[in-house]
Amino acid sequence: MPTAVRPVRIVVAKVGLDGHDRGVKVVARALRDAGYEVIYTGLRQTPEMVVDAALQEDAQVIGLSIHSGAHMTLFPAVVEELKRRKATDIIVFGGGIIPDDDITALKKRGVEEIFTPGTPLQEIVDWLRKRFPESATK
Amino acid sequence: MKVRARDAKEAWREEFESSPARDDGIETSTISGIPLEPLYTSADLPRRAEEYPGQFPYTRGIHPSGYRGRLWTMRQFSGFATAEETNRRYKYLLANGQTGLSVAFDMPTLMGQDSDAPTSRGEVGHCGVAIDSLADMETLFEGIPLADITTSMTINSPAAILLCMYIAVAEEQGVPASKLGGTLQNDILKEFIAQKEFIFPPAPSMRLVVDSIEYCAKEVPKWNTISISGYHIREAGSTAAQELAFTLADGMAYVDACLERGMHIDDFASRLSFFFDAHIDFFEEIAKFRAARRIWARWMRERYGAQQERSWKLRFHTQTAGVSLTAQQPELNIARTAVEALAAVLGGTQSLHTNAMDEVLALPTDKAARLALRTQQLLAYETGVASTIDPLGGSYFVEALTDEMERQAEAYFKRIEEIGGVIPAIEVGFFQKEIADAAFRYQQELEQKRRIVVGVNEFTNADEESIEILRIDPRLESEQAERISEVRRKRDQAKCSNALDRLRRAAAGTDNLMPYILDAVRAYATEGEIMHTMVEVFGTYTETAVV
Repeated sequence: MPTAVRPVRIVVAKVGLDGHDRGVKVVARALRDAGYEVIYTGLRQTPEMVVDAALQEDAQVIGLSIHSGAHMTLFPAVVEELKRRKATDIIVFGGGIIPDDDITALKKRGVEEIFTPGTPLQEIVDWLRKRFPESATK
Repeated sequence: MKVRARDAKEAWREEFESSPARDDGIETSTISGIPLEPLYTSADLPRRAEEYPGQFPYTRGIHPSGYRGRLWTMRQFSGFATAEETNRRYKYLLANGQTGLSVAFDMPTLMGQDSDAPTSRGEVGHCGVAIDSLADMETLFEGIPLADITTSMTINSPAAILLCMYIAVAEEQGVPASKLGGTLQNDILKEFIAQKEFIFPPAPSMRLVVDSIEYCAKEVPKWNTISISGYHIREAGSTAAQELAFTLADGMAYVDACLERGMHIDDFASRLSFFFDAHIDFFEEIAKFRAARRIWARWMRERYGAQQERSWKLRFHTQTAGVSLTAQQPELNIARTAVEALAAVLGGTQSLHTNAMDEVLALPTDKAARLALRTQQLLAYETGVASTIDPLGGSYFVEALTDEMERQAEAYFKRIEEIGGVIPAIEVGFFQKEIADAAFRYQQELEQKRRIVVGVNEFTNADEESIEILRIDPRLESEQAERISEVRRKRDQAKCSNALDRLRRAAAGTDNLMPYILDAVRAYATEGEIMHTMVEVFGTYTETAVV
């Protein structure tokens, strides 16, 4: 009997104060349709809450969404919180209205990938497949 | 004659069907998915008496003189960083011919918390201007005479507080509340449905809305107490018909709540205003605006029994669709915005915000903000479109589409009624699900290239040039926190605490809260302190997320 390969679990979260949840919901649905296990936390999550959820759900990936302009503060705060909780095996990606210069800076600070408006959903799925080639989807 | 007309139509139909059709796979339905005929004829015209502007049911406009009497108000939504910087931007826009102000607040202000709250970290001054107390509001309107200008404030959960701050600043300028003109967004239902900037649960939220409507009916009679908004519903992904239906349903829910309070329909109905999106599908938008007026007039007169004509007239502000803008080849956004703005004008809007081309990346620079305003001026003064009232009235296509919008909206009203009304429908996630489904469907159409967005999924540039964007200085956060400390140090603490205590007791009772909030504002209580006082009594709301 082949060993069961664990499906990739992704916690998708809205950090910050804005309530623009169109993008996050579309992405959550697309990832679910692509066979990933998706847990959407809902709105206004603090970095601590996001990491709590990821640990509780035993997730390998955290996907963050923000449209308020606070990404330079909140995305790195999630990465730092993961370090503090010794959970750096969980990878972080994000999306939202994020200017190019900020993307470079965020990647330096430990955010693996940033997807901006206009990104085809398939591109996000392809990135995850490349990042977790060994893991099965549901 | 009739026989010959039918022959001609059949001949056209035969020729149309035998002509080769484009095979690019692109949808011919509207962006909302309404199937369209290739041609509309007199057979599609509804059979009804001729309609005139200024006459019930106002399909052709609420003013008999259209834009010949008065152009729409060019009202650019603006605010960023500190009150001081935004005050400078307002003076700049007014000097460039803008005719009204529209305040954009930052996220902490919108969420009723002070700039020095832990969860305000990284958010201060980013999406709008940071306002923490009356002191900031005084700075925001310094040198701008509030008697001579109308101001729109996009604020919802804490709307009552910001209105009180505005009233207090006016008092200091020697302008009585009775002379103030402007609009408060104050539309909490669409927050639960789409924009999600709710704080209190629905019932106390509605109480605050009705309190402000009731208070203004007596004390600030020229103020538009609420701007019932479809914009956010549409931007969250709804179709045009959903935007129309959900917004008007919200409007009726506010009317019901005011009637329940014991107010008379004609005492408040004329101060209700609306706010719609102007999306990129040109004719569908025009039909939506025309249908909105007709539906509202009918409901107000026939269902609610309003006697005064002014209670029947739906007045609205329009903003071009932020969601239609692209980060790719951003200069194209000027063209998109111009088309959308034209739809709003042909739809008879009372006021208009045109988005700046860089708003998809950040808050607009001075130059981008000026170009957006100039686009409106170009429409108003160069194109001639303001010379004729409802120029598309009588168009076979636009009239048929107007009727279709109306039909779809009425079908939604029935479904909402079956669920038990707007608030129960929010609580079961009805609107949220409808909107998420529509957003997902549209995204799939884009992925399959059944819809094209230029520069995004077709006609892309390999090398994107980056444009200059506005940056918010991160030092602003600590500076704003320092300003709050100063306000707290300088104010009469006993007076402030007493005002908050009185507010707390009133919130637990049934009094109209506006006078209590006004007292707290005058005593320089911060927005966060006032909200916190009400949260102690009302509690907060958490939604069950619908994916």
